[in-house]
Amino acid sequence: MPRTARDVVFVDGVRTPFGKAGPKGLYAQTRADDLVVRAIRELLRRNPSLPPERVDEVAIAATTQTGDQGLTIGRSAAVLAGLPKSVPGYAIDRMCAGAMTAVTTAGAGISFGSYDVVIAGGVEHMGRHPMGEGVDPNPRFLADRLVDPSALVMGSTAENLHDRFPGITRRRADAYAARSQAKVAEAYAAGRVQPDLVPTAVRSAERGFGLATEDEPPRPGTTVADLAALKTPFRAHGNVTAGNAAGLNDGATACLLAAEDVAADLGLTPRMRLVDFSFAGVEPEVMGVGPVPATERLLARNALTMDDIGLIEINEAFAVQVLAFLEHFKIADDDARVNPWGGAIALGHPLAASGVRLMNQLSRLFEERTDVRYGITTMCVGMGMGGTVLWENVNREGGK
Amino acid sequence: MNPDIFADEVVTHALVRDVALPRGAGTLALITLDNGHDHTRPSTFGPRGLTELGEALDAVAAREDIAAVGVTGKPFIFAVGADLKGVPLIGDRADAAAVGRLGHDVFRRLGELRVPSFAYYNGAAMGGGVEIGLHCTYRTVSTGVTAFALPEAFLGLVPGWGGTYLLPRLIGAEKALKVVIDNPLAQNRMLKGPQVRELGIADAIFDSADFLEESLAWTARVLKGEVVVDRPEVDTGKAWDDAVALARWNVDGRLHGAAPSYVKAIDLIAAAKDRTRDEGFAAEDEALADLIMSGELRAGLYAFDLTQKRAKKPAGAPDAALARPVTKVGVVGAGLMASQLALLFARRLEVPVVMTDLDQERLDRGVGHAHAEIGRLLAKGRISPDKANRLTALVTGSLTKDAFADADLVIEAVFEEMSVKRAVFAEVEEHVSAECVLATNTSSLSVTEMAAGLRHPERVVGFHFFNPVAVLPLLEVVRGERTGDEALATAFATGRTLKKSCVLVKDAPAFVVNRVLLRLLAEIVAAVDEGTPIEVAERAAAPLGLPMPPFVLMGLVGPAIALHVNETLHAAFPGRFPLSDNLAKLVASGKPGVYRPDLTLDPEAVEIFAGGDRPSTEEQVLDRALAALADEIRLMLDEEVVAAPEDIDLCMLLGAGWPFHLGGITPYLDRTGISEKVTGRRFRT
Repeated sequence: MPRTARDVVFVDGVRTPFGKAGPKGLYAQTRADDLVVRAIRELLRRNPSLPPERVDEVAIAATTQTGDQGLTIGRSAAVLAGLPKSVPGYAIDRMCAGAMTAVTTAGAGISFGSYDVVIAGGVEHMGRHPMGEGVDPNPRFLADRLVDPSALVMGSTAENLHDRFPGITRRRADAYAARSQAKVAEAYAAGRVQPDLVPTAVRSAERGFGLATEDEPPRPGTTVADLAALKTPFRAHGNVTAGNAAGLNDGATACLLAAEDVAADLGLTPRMRLVDFSFAGVEPEVMGVGPVPATERLLARNALTMDDIGLIEINEAFAVQVLAFLEHFKIADDDARVNPWGGAIALGHPLAASGVRLMNQLSRLFEERTDVRYGITTMCVGMGMGGTVLWENVNREGGK
Repeated sequence: MNPDIFADEVVTHALVRDVALPRGAGTLALITLDNGHDHTRPSTFGPRGLTELGEALDAVAAREDIAAVGVTGKPFIFAVGADLKGVPLIGDRADAAAVGRLGHDVFRRLGELRVPSFAYYNGAAMGGGVEIGLHCTYRTVSTGVTAFALPEAFLGLVPGWGGTYLLPRLIGAEKALKVVIDNPLAQNRMLKGPQVRELGIADAIFDSADFLEESLAWTARVLKGEVVVDRPEVDTGKAWDDAVALARWNVDGRLHGAAPSYVKAIDLIAAAKDRTRDEGFAAEDEALADLIMSGELRAGLYAFDLTQKRAKKPAGAPDAALARPVTKVGVVGAGLMASQLALLFARRLEVPVVMTDLDQERLDRGVGHAHAEIGRLLAKGRISPDKANRLTALVTGSLTKDAFADADLVIEAVFEEMSVKRAVFAEVEEHVSAECVLATNTSSLSVTEMAAGLRHPERVVGFHFFNPVAVLPLLEVVRGERTGDEALATAFATGRTLKKSCVLVKDAPAFVVNRVLLRLLAEIVAAVDEGTPIEVAERAAAPLGLPMPPFVLMGLVGPAIALHVNETLHAAFPGRFPLSDNLAKLVASGKPGVYRPDLTLDPEAVEIFAGGDRPSTEEQVLDRALAALADEIRLMLDEEVVAAPEDIDLCMLLGAGWPFHLGGITPYLDRTGISEKVTGRRFRT
């Protein structure tokens, strides 16, 4: 009998507030695994009709899989979160697209019929695990000229992107970054960000216990003039600054995916349907352009054009990388479809955790925008990749 | 509390941090109690820490912008009560009274704020740690809490920072007395998180995985009125008085007034129902001051320190690095004691244990007994099926001793007769390696003599367990004249893995616990032989609060064993350990003691002891018994049976269950002047 693919839905997603990495950051003395455990527990608490033993897999991404992000983080987080021992878990890594890949891989498993319900998410404590911790790049990368020497320094790849798109100036990048800050501030004021946040205990030996209830990175009130004054650490007289890029951050995300029929049986309310996904490779030294081929491929396979996409949640690793994507698809820098509640430049980008933040945000937007049918979440990935996931709004008027 | 007395206080800081409560419930000032060390050094309250906490509470009380105040601890530890290190140094009643007053002055502010206060018991909470939470308006507890107690009475104090007043008014006298009296009396039993909730001490319980977050979320719901904390009303009528009466009866039966802390704690709880807060706290201050100045408390703290520190670092033990690994154990004999030992070694060392006996039927019974005990542990859920399979496979039997060829330690538990034991060791030595340790579980025979004639006498050590071996924590490790450091170090390392507290003892008749107990018993039996009624002799020692009267103890160990040890000691020290013809007659009669199963005196046994014509009063018997104890212990120290009086006390605390308020025994003998009167000097200066 031919196998029938099942529809997969995104039911719910949560995240810890994001913190600034480093010794003074919110989570400086809080463990990475505790962050993702807190997110998983809250996810289960918000969906009480789901019997925990019905979770078939816990897929958790982390870029650096050692220490408190090691020990097969998906499995150890499941045990620490108090899920039944019968629930398995695994660790997954695609750098910045870790959580996105956790969703697509585990979601594909649902579609294939191997799972009914999965938890997917990611965690990155960049304070405890700085980018590049413990890496040992093969000398052939350079000896055989497989990649440009700048490929492993993300800020340098962003500078390279300015070279490839000379029309994207520092001023445009700064303007985009200031808008991201403003949109996040507006979304916070309207109470749109807070519902996804899981208040998370933080400890400091010097200050005692506290509770993280809001993202630490946003800088509301940032102006283009403020940004223009910042240094360009990756290139003398360059374009990439701490202000028009996402910071170094700590945080965790988790979401609940289910087969659509199983969700209905269990009384779980879906927010969006996973339509398709695509990952693509590009030259590592311009990794920021990765979302372009990934999205092109995805649209083509689904016989859609960018005009069919009503909402775009694109990760803001760098303003230039978002602008390159927009320029390619001939979308205005301030198009209302793009990151309506702001993005990673303001909120932060704890690498492997971010993919699910984009999805949480898109799913909330879908609830408000019942006129929109399709949305994408897309992000660039180190070592020259891009990933895009196509989602359908289950709340669309007449679409149920 | 005089800070000079607590000079080396590890200060528990009160770290205050604002928390934005969920659901828009406002700001909570969260106080974290943290002494800056990890969980292996729990936070305690000394004068500086309390003062700091008081200042933090003053600052919080002055704020208009907060909706609530919370208190929690560092990871795994809430707080474990008063810093007791300085308490024995307090020489002045005013300083003693200040301890209680400072605690009250600081803690009570939590119950007298403009806003509600919340205690979040995230980890171990004891004594003052529990009490600080009792002052709060609400409490939550973590499922991860494994140690929650008010152990003050056990040490010789009362929960005097509000515990005796607030706890019964919160959960009723009956439950409060369980925590304040019954648990300390039961070897200082601890409560776990779920019990703290069931008793009503905590208003809610949350999983340890996100305990603080969920406690704060619950706090928000309480503040918003979405959760109403419903506590059962406390019965301050007959139920209160009945519970107090029962506790008094229980404590009197156990301790006969020997430990004032229990009586004072009951008095305070009895009166708490009719007192105002000020009156209740003032009464606690007075009680604390009295107790801090008492010898019982000092003895209790001394005993506590011995069991916590000296028990873990045995005096005189050789360098632990000399110990050899024990990967297989042999047990000679298959009697009841041998089976118990085999199981203990298998459970704790998790290595193969081979029992041997000459008779297949006895061997099968011995191994079968160990296996049956494993089955019982499985049935009770104490071990998993996998663990039961593992342990069952570890305990085997052999008719021949070649099964010991690869054993690293062989212990004998055969008939208590020198010639038998020597023959056993000689035979075992034919099969084992030159390094294999030979241990004897003798209770009174000479280890040196047992080793004589062996090719390797340096491998022989005494391993004197106390019955029941799985329960009693003491192990007397006996060094014979020729015992080598390697064998001795291996014995200590093994004892530690067996989870026993080891005390190094010289090879002297009956070692420590039996010698002290038998000297006491010999005096009491002699008094009875002289015509003192058994009931009078039994009551004589009651003021000490020993676990049981002397003749009850004799029944428990068995008159025959008591006689055997008595004979050994008589042979060594005929003047001090006279043989009682009556005891010999009791043994010959085959009676299990002087009591019948219903604990009434057996008239036939009473008849055996009748006939004396010089009866003593209770006081005379006690004086004589205590003088004998002081005399014997002085002699033991002069003979260097152990390194110090502390070791005698540790042995009596752990091997005989002698009470903390006596400090074992030497603090009591010093305090009452008996040691000076009998021996011309104190045991400890």
